[in-house]
Amino acid sequence: MLQVDGLTAHYGPVRALEEVSLDVPSGGIVAVLGANGAGKTSLLRAISGLVRPSSGRIRFDGATINQDSTEDLVRRGLAYVPEGGGVIGELTVAENLRLGALWRRDRDERERTLEEVVALFPRLAERSAMHASTLSGGERQMLSIGRALMGRPRMLLLDEPSLGLAPIVVEQIMRVIGELRRDRGLTVLLVEQNARSALSVADQGVVLNVGRVVARGEAHELAGDEQLRHAYLGLT
Amino acid sequence: MSRFIDLTLNGISNGMIYAAVALSLVLIWRATRIINFAQGGMLMITTFIASSIIGSSGSYWLGFVVALAAGLAMGAVVERVLVRPVEGGPPLNAVIATLGLLILLQAVAGMIWGGTPRSFPPAFSIRGYEVSGRRVLFGPFDTFTVLAVLGAAGALALLFRGTGLGLQMRAAAFDPLAARLQGVRVTGMYTVGWALAALSGSLAGLLVAPAVFVGPNTFDAILVFAFTAAVLGGLDSPVGAVIGGLVLGLSLSYVSGYAGSSLVTLAALAILIAVLMVRPEGLFSSTRARRI
Repeated sequence: MLQVDGLTAHYGPVRALEEVSLDVPSGGIVAVLGANGAGKTSLLRAISGLVRPSSGRIRFDGATINQDSTEDLVRRGLAYVPEGGGVIGELTVAENLRLGALWRRDRDERERTLEEVVALFPRLAERSAMHASTLSGGERQMLSIGRALMGRPRMLLLDEPSLGLAPIVVEQIMRVIGELRRDRGLTVLLVEQNARSALSVADQGVVLNVGRVVARGEAHELAGDEQLRHAYLGLT
Repeated sequence: MSRFIDLTLNGISNGMIYAAVALSLVLIWRATRIINFAQGGMLMITTFIASSIIGSSGSYWLGFVVALAAGLAMGAVVERVLVRPVEGGPPLNAVIATLGLLILLQAVAGMIWGGTPRSFPPAFSIRGYEVSGRRVLFGPFDTFTVLAVLGAAGALALLFRGTGLGLQMRAAAFDPLAARLQGVRVTGMYTVGWALAALSGSLAGLLVAPAVFVGPNTFDAILVFAFTAAVLGGLDSPVGAVIGGLVLGLSLSYVSGYAGSSLVTLAALAILIAVLMVRPEGLFSSTRARRI
């Protein structure tokens, strides 16, 4: 579904990504791991069109998307949930959710999707009329994932969904990600510092360090790799 | 007592006009964080267009509608052509661009229509209603002014609160990045914001023109008053703009009536400074205080 080939990207003069390649098959969950500053977020920003690659190629559904705008990619089924969720605090929970589906023409379809999302995160229904700024960290993350689902994406780019959340909430979110893949074949590219929980739900993992891929493999292999764990993943 | 009532009624009617211009400043500030110094010039042009059409066709309402449509179009074009390149840049660039546009519009208006202010007809009679044998300082045209501005403000509130377009506009204003990630075409929302703002401005021009006449510089003062009203209301709150306009209209009417009309501009500046000192975030702002 998503192929990244030899992707290099810069932030001003700083090279954030160097010759990164990875492949996310349809219905797969791939985890991108690495420490702070490894280039994980840059990778997602490049894929979603927020940063233009300096070289390399990004393909989504067979088409090259290097030059496509973020708005268009969202409309084509590639949703990006940024670090912290990107929830709009001044809008209510219901408005945030509605916003995620507004570009879709069919009103009935939008209503149906809303029911599905609320079934997935019942908490959001309880908080519906509240401003999103009043939500807890976990609720925000649920809202941002739910909002992304409102557009019925085929692929989800998730940036650090576990950041700053209690372990029990992290577990819940990882479970939902697994369910989404199982029940609707959603493809996921999951960026995480929290390697353990990411690898618990992913099929495959890619480890980045200073903008380069330093290791890749099946999730359970990576989780068991003693050296890797010490060098890049901060697991003990 | 009757003088107080007259001044109050006059203040409401003037305040509504300030509110309409303040609304246009607020809409643009919300969408693009730019103060549109050219607003006075833009509404001057649309009012001149109305004046020409009324003069040649004899129909007030044709001129009225064309002026509003011209405002809508001019707002969109100005955003696309002039503002788009300076959006996201240092704020000073936008200030210079809109000031430059103001000077350009005033020069062009002078070339086309001449520098001598001309009269402009009101939509309805400006003779005050007769209440128990006495004419009050409030007539059919004032009623029309109040209803038109309240109607425009109400329609905007409905648009923002009740429609998908309004929700997208609010999202684009609050958090452009998050909005883009939800598929919102943010730059398109900015264009719509400018167009609606200019529409509100051209409405104000049509309403105030009978009192101040139409000339290249006759609307300069209104922008100062509107800016004060907008700051009073918090600069990013449409409701605040309407209430700010009303408060300012009443204050200035009392100053003019009890202390002398030469003090009006000074009073407006005093109110502006007082608000900035005491409550810089305005009365209705949703954001933190601005640093200037």
